[in-house]
Amino acid sequence: MDFIWLIPLIPGIGAALNGLVGVRSFSKRTAGLVATGAMAAAFLLSVVAFVQLLGSAERYHKVTVASWIPPIPLETANGIGSFEVPWAFTLDPLSGMMLLVVTGIGLLIHIYSIGYIDHEPRGGVARFFCYLNLFCFFMLILVLGSSFLVMFVGWEGVGLCSYLLIGYWYKKKSASDAGKKAFIVNRIGDWGFILGIFLVFFTFGTLDFREVAVAAAALPVETAAVGFGVISLICLLLFIGATGKSAQIPLYVWLPDAMEGPTPVSALIHAATMVTAGVYMVCRNAVLFTHAPMVMEVVAAIGVVTALMAATIGLVQTDIKRVLAYSTVSQLGYMFLATGVGAFAAAAFHLMTHAFFKALLFLGSGSVIHAMNEEQDMRRMGGLRRHMPLTFATMCIGAVAIAGIPPLSGFFSKDEILYRTFLHSPLLWGLGAVTAAMTAFYMFRLIYMTFFGEYRGPAPDAEGHGDGHGHAWHGPHESPRLMTWPLVALAVGAVFAGFVGVPAALGGSNMIEHFLEPSFTVPGAAHAAEAAHHYEVEWALMAFSVLLAAGGILFAYRNYVQRPEAADELATRLAGTHRLLTNKYYVDELYDATVVSGSMSSARGLWRFDGGVVDGAVNGTGWATRASAMISHVLDKYVVDGLVNLVGWICREGSYGFRRAQTGLIQNYAFATLVGVFAFVTWFLVGR
Amino acid sequence: MSNAAEFPLLSLILFTPLAGVLVLLFVNRQSEHLIRLISNVTVGVGFLVSLPLWFMYDTQDAGWQFVERHAWIPSIGADYFLGVDGFSVLLILLTTLMGVIAVLSSWTAITVRVKEYYVFLLALQTGMLGAFMALDFLLFFLFWEVMLVPMYFLIGIWGSDNRLYSAIKFFLFTLVGSVVMLLGILAVYFYHHSVTGVYTFDVTQFHELGIPYDLQWWIFLAFFLGFAVKVPMFPFHTWLPDAHTDAPTAGSVILAAVLLKMGTYGFIRFSLPILPEATVAFVPVVAALSIVGIVYGALVAMAQKDWKRLVAYSSVSHMGMVMLGMFALTPVGITGSIVQQLNHGISTGALFLIVGIVYERRHTRAIAEYGGLSKVMPVYAAIFLVMTMSSIGLPTLNGFIGEVLILQGIFVVSKFWAFVAASGIVLGAAYMLWLYQRTMFGNVDNPKNESLPDLSLREIWTFVPLLILAVWIGLYPKPFLDRLETSVDNVMERVNNDYTPRLAAVAGDGADDPAVALDTAAQADGGPVRGGAR
Repeated sequence: MDFIWLIPLIPGIGAALNGLVGVRSFSKRTAGLVATGAMAAAFLLSVVAFVQLLGSAERYHKVTVASWIPPIPLETANGIGSFEVPWAFTLDPLSGMMLLVVTGIGLLIHIYSIGYIDHEPRGGVARFFCYLNLFCFFMLILVLGSSFLVMFVGWEGVGLCSYLLIGYWYKKKSASDAGKKAFIVNRIGDWGFILGIFLVFFTFGTLDFREVAVAAAALPVETAAVGFGVISLICLLLFIGATGKSAQIPLYVWLPDAMEGPTPVSALIHAATMVTAGVYMVCRNAVLFTHAPMVMEVVAAIGVVTALMAATIGLVQTDIKRVLAYSTVSQLGYMFLATGVGAFAAAAFHLMTHAFFKALLFLGSGSVIHAMNEEQDMRRMGGLRRHMPLTFATMCIGAVAIAGIPPLSGFFSKDEILYRTFLHSPLLWGLGAVTAAMTAFYMFRLIYMTFFGEYRGPAPDAEGHGDGHGHAWHGPHESPRLMTWPLVALAVGAVFAGFVGVPAALGGSNMIEHFLEPSFTVPGAAHAAEAAHHYEVEWALMAFSVLLAAGGILFAYRNYVQRPEAADELATRLAGTHRLLTNKYYVDELYDATVVSGSMSSARGLWRFDGGVVDGAVNGTGWATRASAMISHVLDKYVVDGLVNLVGWICREGSYGFRRAQTGLIQNYAFATLVGVFAFVTWFLVGR
Repeated sequence: MSNAAEFPLLSLILFTPLAGVLVLLFVNRQSEHLIRLISNVTVGVGFLVSLPLWFMYDTQDAGWQFVERHAWIPSIGADYFLGVDGFSVLLILLTTLMGVIAVLSSWTAITVRVKEYYVFLLALQTGMLGAFMALDFLLFFLFWEVMLVPMYFLIGIWGSDNRLYSAIKFFLFTLVGSVVMLLGILAVYFYHHSVTGVYTFDVTQFHELGIPYDLQWWIFLAFFLGFAVKVPMFPFHTWLPDAHTDAPTAGSVILAAVLLKMGTYGFIRFSLPILPEATVAFVPVVAALSIVGIVYGALVAMAQKDWKRLVAYSSVSHMGMVMLGMFALTPVGITGSIVQQLNHGISTGALFLIVGIVYERRHTRAIAEYGGLSKVMPVYAAIFLVMTMSSIGLPTLNGFIGEVLILQGIFVVSKFWAFVAASGIVLGAAYMLWLYQRTMFGNVDNPKNESLPDLSLREIWTFVPLLILAVWIGLYPKPFLDRLETSVDNVMERVNNDYTPRLAAVAGDGADDPAVALDTAAQADGGPVRGGAR
């Protein structure tokens, strides 16, 4: 298992090849093959690693590859510690499962992409595969990272790739806007995450997940009686990060917009892998979170409210990808609900099954969009099952799976979550169950609007009219085999993946829960006492949720197949609600009016302040200096120099008088002498 | 103090650019090609001769290295005294590298008064290098002031629109700070005489001084004005956007990458070790101004319509981060602060090059004039993307290492400061990505942009070293951090009496090993000398 660091590295090399060489000189096929080959190699290595993990006794393997941040002393809550982060990777049951999900589904999506992205120009294809491989590189670092900071590397890196891939068609303003929004909203979450990481180091003196868990396990559980302590604060900060990456309230707004990206991207990044990173991170820190029950309540509440809210929005969306996007937000809410009630294994299980059926649904929708010549509005589809039977069949499997109909995968994972939630709080369970009914409804609404009824789309191009790509569109058609084959593979997964988690109530052994358990505890911890089995309750809940799902499907059938006009009637009758839902509760508008315009106007205000006040003071000083210089100049010219000139003037003017006396005429001198003598004699005679 | 080399390496590095100036003086001003060639060769050689510093610097030696000392003005005790530690080694290498890049980037941009331009640029190199090497405070001050002159002319002659205003503002603003700083220097100088009876400007002697707190306080204030203007810290920053905006590209690159570091270098070399108690007392003030700078600079950057001015304000934000890390007064924070100085030089230097490239093609810096450049200049767009990510601290690139160390370093001091400062990473992403979107994405709406040529080979080469460094520091910063270890510890010992340097700690651990025990003995001998004067 020492080779696990190669698993991220291989797609990284693929990305470098496509990015540095491919964009200029690879053919479309070569670019696709390089990227897909890298993923295939990563998948094979992952399988080998996983098998070795299964065979090992300890089921925990840490590999330190190289130094990253060498040790630097730093005080912590417990005296001087050492801040040190190596490039280290961990293989344990949780990361092993994620490894298979990421590389396995990643590989299928790479294959699909070869067909999907074929319309793009040559350099664009290489760029696409470069980003896609780069994404897998970072995602695998995120999954395998042994410490908070290495995980954070992957965490931010997948954010970058998400940004690049959402904005893949960068000429479209909406696409580049969506990419930017995704990045910035995620950064807000990352603000919490990184501060949480700092607090982890300050509290525990290490950033290694295992060491932190061991240290935390020795601390008291911060119940309401103990109070909101440091572990609670850590968990809250980490969860802020999770709400950003995994699109939960209040930071979910970027994910629906992210559908601007190519559909394989939506499937891989915005459904199967990256958006589940938040759930993964919470599961990774299960020990911390179980020590912060108050935060767990927050997590569960945010999860269930997000699940419900997103599902209601999903009821009325008409863009096929947006329905799936809100569905993803909703399903992620489920996963957080599970972690919040302490069912970490159920969350991870649902993460895995969801990866199969949601990737399948997205790729299916991509196949539809491809067939419809880039049309995404379901109102302009209909009747497609005749044109694309394979896509139809596989998407139906996906829809049944997500709706929670046994024995498909979604049923097992979702019911595990609902059951565990019920044991924790019937109220949360109620909200979760309502969400489940809605999920079944909007998924089958999607299926019915797209594949059933009459074809409502545009007429095929007449022969010879190009569609901008240089070839005519002949009407809806089944996608090429490169695209349908991955659909079939994912459909197989969506059907069977649930069998690894058949609950005891149904005669299974919940294999996955036992397998994952070591990742959620510390070594040597006493096994949690098996919860008392309430098989009757579990059976009742299962029956109830299957009934709800069937009801949802039936309702969709009545409204969209039996009487297609019924849906419109309903929308008119509940016009207010319908408007609220179509406008997504006006949350985007609210954020625009507060956060976005708030920061923009404070930016402009500060700029004016900078020019007017701060720089005004500088220029004012300059002006004052010049003004005083001017005054000095005036003083100097007219007063100081004036005095000098005055003296000169007096001398000069005075000298004029004396000069006049110097006439050179001897008579004048004689006369002056006479006057002088006369004056002196008078003064002498009279004065004395 | 070790003399790792008898050979005067530092003088060689210092005077190589000046030698280039001398050669240029004998070249006919009409032979512009030759002038360019000579300048490029000079900075190239300048960089090569500085490389031995990287390899020969002894990370296990806590003393000054490559020391050179000759009498300069014996009557007042001023020496030609050069020496380096980890901080200066990295900054010197940054300077020589950025010199190469700045000169190379000017090849086609400068077409008038070519000879004078390169003379000033090379003279500036010597000025900056000298300031990083000087261990004599008067010599430092000399270089510090010498730098102003060429930069003044670079902005004033080869700048754009409002260049005279900006050049004079730059000059006077810095000068005011320096004059006050000189008073501080003289205060230390005379205090040293009053205690020891020796007149000297020897900084290493000053590092051993225990100046009374009240005097420290005033001297700190004097130094602070001098250095804070240069950093620049809020509210002394307004010369920077003007100077950057109007300077020629190479001027902006040098200004951002190296000149600003004079301020932060001044703090770490002089304020912290000479005035440790006052430093501790001033932490809240400096931290508050730094945090205001981080948020304020980022927000004001967001409002900019001028590409270059936006990058300039981002510098205010980033330098706030550097100052915050330093005044955390924790080894992690100080290390991060130095790394972030390099990072800022790399990423902001590159961002100014990036603006310069389109400015040279279009002669406008208005963001609204651009858009859709990804289509016409794909290589340029890719490099800009990497540097944007480096600037906003994406992990695996350099900026992240600096930010994480700084924020972790400040977090253990004050959670509140860390909470506010970390918001800079959100705002940074906002203004940079918005800039990137407005210039690179969308359709090419402006017909003038339709046929812009992508980067030439020469232009690509100005970025290659920066790209390599960005990835290197991001993935494997150890070689850089190792070179900082003893220097950070030296400063830490001054500002924190309880601090145990890492070398001593390591040696203490391995005392049973005879070889290490020998080291320990050496350490024990050396220890009291270093910390003894307090």
